[in-house]
Amino acid sequence: MQLMARRAAHDGSRTAAARQRGARGLPCWLPAACGSLLAATAAAGVLPEDRADVLYHRYDGGGVVIDGPSILVRKKFADKVSIAANYYVDMVSSASIDVVSTASPYREERTQYSLTADYLRGKSTYSIGYINSSESDYDAKTWYAGVSQDLFGDLTTISFSFKKGDNDIFRNIGGTKDPGFARGSEVRSYAVGITQVLTRSMIGAFNFEVISDEGYLNSPYRSVRYFDPADPKGYSYQAEIYPSTRTSNAASLKLSYFLPYRAALDGWYRYYSDSWGVVAHTAELGYTHPLRERWIFSGSVRYYQQDAADFYADLFPRRDYANFLARDKELSTFTAVTFGVGASYDFRIARLPWVDKAQVNLRYDFMTIDYDDFRDVRETVTVPGTERPYSLDANIYQVFLSIWF
Amino acid sequence: MSLPRALVRPLLAATMLVIALSACAPIEPWVKPYERENLADPIMAFDRYPVSSAYLDHVYEAREGARGATGSAGGGCGCN
Repeated sequence: MQLMARRAAHDGSRTAAARQRGARGLPCWLPAACGSLLAATAAAGVLPEDRADVLYHRYDGGGVVIDGPSILVRKKFADKVSIAANYYVDMVSSASIDVVSTASPYREERTQYSLTADYLRGKSTYSIGYINSSESDYDAKTWYAGVSQDLFGDLTTISFSFKKGDNDIFRNIGGTKDPGFARGSEVRSYAVGITQVLTRSMIGAFNFEVISDEGYLNSPYRSVRYFDPADPKGYSYQAEIYPSTRTSNAASLKLSYFLPYRAALDGWYRYYSDSWGVVAHTAELGYTHPLRERWIFSGSVRYYQQDAADFYADLFPRRDYANFLARDKELSTFTAVTFGVGASYDFRIARLPWVDKAQVNLRYDFMTIDYDDFRDVRETVTVPGTERPYSLDANIYQVFLSIWF
Repeated sequence: MSLPRALVRPLLAATMLVIALSACAPIEPWVKPYERENLADPIMAFDRYPVSSAYLDHVYEAREGARGATGSAGGGCGCN
């Protein structure tokens, strides 16, 4: 869709406008006029803008602290190809409820690299990408390919994508890799999307994705608990057992609306179900408000609710109760609410004339999760299964710098 | 591994829809290019902060059982 080109012009950036002028051979003096001129003359799709982002992220909640950097660089070549590279690190320090109940706190680091290429041909954009994620006990290699096409006077964009991932799973014991344990899993994803201009002030997007997993899908560390009268606590643990396949369907609808006083309101809803019996609803509402020339403030609230997997239980009646056994809190019944606020400030760097625009961003999210049937085993009770349900609060911080060049 | 059955119908429907629409007379855009000023405003971008939204998608995917249909391509991790 041509909106990206017009957004660059709409920034009011003389350099952005100059770049568009150079690309299209058109003079653009006023943002609105530039937008319409570009739309009227641009016969092809538009690649994303050249930019670089450096982000520091920190998640702190439920006894887990994860922080690290993320660096994203995107560059166009000959207005035909856009290459993007991302380097991302999670440094994990975990004493989560799972860890303190059945294992020992640990430290871990995950490093992820990704490289994507978009090739523009007429109104079609072809994309390929590769993502590599590695940690001491989990390696994931993911390829994907996609195509998007503008239609109907650029009111509509349709897209298809396919993704395939190969995962190698290992197990650490006492900080060293267990040489006798190596498993694998494979994931495939098929996605379709439609983005549609609905009115002068409203745009919508529908996405549908099927993801299919096969292989070793549980965690080599996690356990389920079952009644055990012989144990002083009244329960014992055994390793979890998951099915070796999982297929999920997710459909989402997003609407963004431009308010008359220059602000944006957006809503997002997703319905999710999978072959393990998990059904989930996600709803998000966001508001964006620019202030003067340089500031943009945003706020959002996200509501998430899911029903447990068919083979989930907090406490099974006995050992080996069923073929499949899970006590992963992410497969239980729970509700999560996340509140987010963000602020961004545009500025220029006089010493770096090749930088069109720079922006510093701060974002804070507060997530609270209430589990219905995952109990806090740290509580001592006389009858197992009567502990209070577990709940989790997390603070999520992001600070990042973006430049356009 | 063959194509999941759950995918066949939506893909077929989408293909039929595209073919059917392509066979029609050219569609006049009901929002003219010069009327898209509001939609072109940066505050209306679906993914204004890609590095930030990718991170938040990763957090949500680790904490929630649901996944997919976010319109972005993520990689795998042993985050759960």
